[in-house]
Amino acid sequence: MIEIKGLRKTYRSRGREVRAVDGVDLTVGEGDVYGVLGQSGAGKSTLLRCVNMLERPDAGTITVGGVDLTALNRKGLRLARHGIGMIHQHFALLSSRTVAGNIAFALEVTGVPRSARKERVAELIELVGLGGRADAYPAQLSGGQKQRVGIARALAARPQVLLSDEATSALDPETTDSILRLLQDLNQRLGLTILLITHEMDVVKKICHSAAVMRDGAFVESGPVAELLHRPGSTLARGLFPLSAPATLPGRTVVDVTVSGPDADTALTGLARNFDISLLEGSVETLAATRAGRWRIALPEDGTAAVEFLRARGAQVEAAA
Amino acid sequence: MTWSEVFDLLWVGLQETAWMVLVSTVLTAVGGLLLGVLLVLTAPGGLLSAPPLYSVLGLIVNITRSLPFIILLVAVIPFTRAVVGTTIGTDAAIVPLTIGAIPFFARIVEAALREVPNDVIAAATAMGASRGQIVGKVLLREARPGLAAGLTITVIALVGYSAMAGVVGGGGLGDLAIRYGYQRFETEVMVATVAALVVFVQLVQMAGDLLVRRLSHK
Repeated sequence: MIEIKGLRKTYRSRGREVRAVDGVDLTVGEGDVYGVLGQSGAGKSTLLRCVNMLERPDAGTITVGGVDLTALNRKGLRLARHGIGMIHQHFALLSSRTVAGNIAFALEVTGVPRSARKERVAELIELVGLGGRADAYPAQLSGGQKQRVGIARALAARPQVLLSDEATSALDPETTDSILRLLQDLNQRLGLTILLITHEMDVVKKICHSAAVMRDGAFVESGPVAELLHRPGSTLARGLFPLSAPATLPGRTVVDVTVSGPDADTALTGLARNFDISLLEGSVETLAATRAGRWRIALPEDGTAAVEFLRARGAQVEAAA
Repeated sequence: MTWSEVFDLLWVGLQETAWMVLVSTVLTAVGGLLLGVLLVLTAPGGLLSAPPLYSVLGLIVNITRSLPFIILLVAVIPFTRAVVGTTIGTDAAIVPLTIGAIPFFARIVEAALREVPNDVIAAATAMGASRGQIVGKVLLREARPGLAAGLTITVIALVGYSAMAGVVGGGGLGDLAIRYGYQRFETEVMVATVAALVVFVQLVQMAGDLLVRRLSHK
């Protein structure tokens, strides 16, 4: 659905060059929820703004729904943007328009005739759970409600792709959860493809099927979340399941174990039944796509048999560090 | 001079002031809005980024604003003759008033439009809005409270400028205060005129504030 190849973007400010995006390749499949995780300054915002050409890349191609955006003229780009929704960290609503007016704005821009707007607006208001607030102004809404307006507006033109620019970063944890659930629901019900950027590990944990970790303008790792968890030394695995218990114990072999899928719930009990182990730290959690567990475990001094046992169940085992 | 005579003078002056201010306000609103939008669009990084044009426009605005109004009034006399066919009278005063106020209001428009957050403009761009739609439906509409407040300031500035219209026979309250109150030592006329101006300005400001409150949803 989204295909990015060799993307580069450099900013020049006061004679200094900053390579915001430095050679990124990215493929987001249809119906995927893809999260790009990174600290501020990693270049993820620039990357996202290149996907709908709010920033024009210096090099590389961006294909959305089979159309190469970098090859379009101004008019073609405007039309292509109708098929790409975007939501923003600070909502970016029109303060002079009501909830209904903000959503109608997106329809006006895409050339939906006046007579068809009213019905579509009402439909979108219901879709995002804002029934009864159609005539409220943004200033009268809570952060979560504002973001719901942002989502309704982004979906007005029935896009296939939604870009999310830190959409939950300005919200409290509870509201964040409700917005994430809404996005997940839209992904499932409408088959909406979502590309989001975030600095919150939790967002990736809760809704992303695939993820990339970005640092200094480039991807450090990327792929399906379950696969990344099993990759030795994965930054994402360490971020999702931070393990800080001691990595060495006298007379024991300490390992970090990652299991995903149905085995995540049974691997540990199976191991404990057969070997003398101590669980030092870890948990089993429900990620968007799968169940996954990651633990730091102290095995007997010669842990070979226990490691064999775990690997036979699809676990990834590495020496604790 | 009897009070009845003073009131007659005041009534005529008030009408002249109101006419000059009304017409020049309408012309200034249109001209200043156009010039202000052009300044925002052509500014470096703007929607029609054209730094050389922006610099030229900015220079013209600054030069016009540097001239003391009384000098502008005299300097544009040939232009006034070309436009209204005469260089004296109330209508003749409207020309320099408008020319003086357009750059003033244009800068206010420019500042008000810049207050519209960048991410709101980016959001409209991302939705596929055209530049015309962004100017009309986002910039001008979102800036309405600021524009209304700015227009109020401009109207009051025009009331002030119009006091100098007497130089070209424009009449008005300010002229009355100068000719009767200052030059002929008619203190009653002076006081009455000043009182009328105070009330006039106060009413304009109140109407402006009311409009801003109606337009603002922040």
